[in-house]
Amino acid sequence: MSTPLLSVENLAISTIQDPRVLINDVTFEIYEGEAVGVVGESGSGKTLTALSVLGLLPRGVGVTQGSIKYNGIDLNAISSEEMRKIRGSEISMVYQDPMTALNPVMKLGKQLREVIESHEKADSSTDQRVRDALLEVGIPDVARAMESYPHEFSGGMRQRVMIAMALILSPKLLIADEPTTALDVTIQQQILALVSEERHKRNMSMLWITHDLGVVANLVDRLIVMYAGRIVESGTVKEIFTNPQHPYTYGLLSSLPTTADKDRKRLTSIAGVPQKPWLVGQSCAFAPRCFKAAPECSSTIPQLVGTLEKSVSCFHPIEANI
Amino acid sequence: MMSRKEGGTKGGVHYYLQSTSGIIGAILVLIMVIGALCSAFGWLPHDPLNQNVDDILKGPSGKYWFGTDQFGRDIFSRTLDGLRRSLTVSIVAVSIAASIGVTFGILGGYLGKWFDMLVTRLSDVIFAFPAILLALAIVSSLGNSWIDTAFSIAIVYTPIFIRVARGPVLAVKEMDYVKVSRILGYSSPRILLKHVLPNVTAPIVVQTALSLSWAILTESGLSFLGLGTQPPDASLGLMVSDAQSLAAFAWWTLVFPSLFITIVVVGLNLVGDGLRDAWDPARRSS
Repeated sequence: MSTPLLSVENLAISTIQDPRVLINDVTFEIYEGEAVGVVGESGSGKTLTALSVLGLLPRGVGVTQGSIKYNGIDLNAISSEEMRKIRGSEISMVYQDPMTALNPVMKLGKQLREVIESHEKADSSTDQRVRDALLEVGIPDVARAMESYPHEFSGGMRQRVMIAMALILSPKLLIADEPTTALDVTIQQQILALVSEERHKRNMSMLWITHDLGVVANLVDRLIVMYAGRIVESGTVKEIFTNPQHPYTYGLLSSLPTTADKDRKRLTSIAGVPQKPWLVGQSCAFAPRCFKAAPECSSTIPQLVGTLEKSVSCFHPIEANI
Repeated sequence: MMSRKEGGTKGGVHYYLQSTSGIIGAILVLIMVIGALCSAFGWLPHDPLNQNVDDILKGPSGKYWFGTDQFGRDIFSRTLDGLRRSLTVSIVAVSIAASIGVTFGILGGYLGKWFDMLVTRLSDVIFAFPAILLALAIVSSLGNSWIDTAFSIAIVYTPIFIRVARGPVLAVKEMDYVKVSRILGYSSPRILLKHVLPNVTAPIVVQTALSLSWAILTESGLSFLGLGTQPPDASLGLMVSDAQSLAAFAWWTLVFPSLFITIVVVGLNLVGDGLRDAWDPARRSS
């Protein structure tokens, strides 16, 4: 393949005062038109990774190492004004909770205009673009929607508006940070289908962030599994699902409920709780919970080795089970 | 502050009119404003400065509706003229205080760090002095023209607006929709003006109505003490001050200016209540 659209290399993020490492040695690429899913538990650093791509790390947290390159531009090196121009137009994001993500006192049509006006001069075509964007995401009665306030809309409809806002400037990379967790299950499927459809139509690259492996399986090309601020395994969806090599990935997959399971067995769980990234030290972060842990796991940090199709950072990966 | 139409839900006026105190307050304030406007356009039955030696300390009558004072001046005309002066000073003072206070309050709340420290500490210092005492000190060092009075009252009331604006900004800037505006690449001025400010207007507008009534009291207090408006010009506070010694045998000299002060202050307070009710979603739904 050609050069990646987004390439993150050896990224490390930590708090500025009383340094605590939150993300360490994260390396991944997203190619044009490709969708990559990042899965991991709360605190594994997946949201932080996404925010660092947008240059919007929370106050008191900073990139300490590594680079984030978008289209050849080093995002850590450019000014905040240049970064602002990229946000929303080149790299956009659909936010988790549509109930609170829209300005409650601004009409929806106006809010969509805001996105355009922030990046371009508004002209006579702006209103038409707003209408088209709303139509595109399946909002019925666009004229009325533009004159409505967010509280007049349901969660699913608001998430559609959020997606319209994220897509209106045709970004090349869309980040979706668990865009369906706040929605009903039936609405979830519609929203996922909508985003997926838009991605294929626009040949847009995507970064899906989720803690739900089941959600992303059909939506992404490759998966990255994060644990305690590091990538433990990455590869194509097929490889990860059929041949998980890292004990953590294996554990995650075995804890998924399946409809094929007719014996009503108890769901498998991974014993223990996730380690705080800054407390890990010179060892594999998963070692305390790992059923394959060996002495070297507690004394050396395993490196992520492998190809784009499949990489794992483990001294004792699970052999392919045939 | 004026983005009510854009900023609020439909029918803001409708909600305001559901509040009885709001309606009464609006009527009282409207009557007072019309009275002040009559004075501004010169539609008064008598010249407020014209002394009439034949009609000294006459009680209320068909000719002099509120009676006359010790110089034979028409108290009705003087009350309206004083009302105009008090309202002008208060409106100018509160406009200055609100624009400066809201600007700094919002910037302080949004930017945080040292700027916020500076703004809050400065307002704490001003807060430490009793309002009337501070206004007295400032006006006596500035001068006695009405604009000086307005300035001194503005300085005294600015910190209140800083606080009223800053508090909600602290909450609003952590809201998801503000985070989303950053994610979508809005510029900081745009976020502040179009996404933060409209969401903090409610307390600011209520505060404006209440501050107007306090400012009228402060202005009256200052002119009562001999600062601010100077004789022979009329001012409500000055008229009350002059009437002190006359009230025992000419009650009308004291009652009418005092009554006007009371009506304006009560009216503005009721308007403040009405605005608060109109904006309060909990009261709205009921």
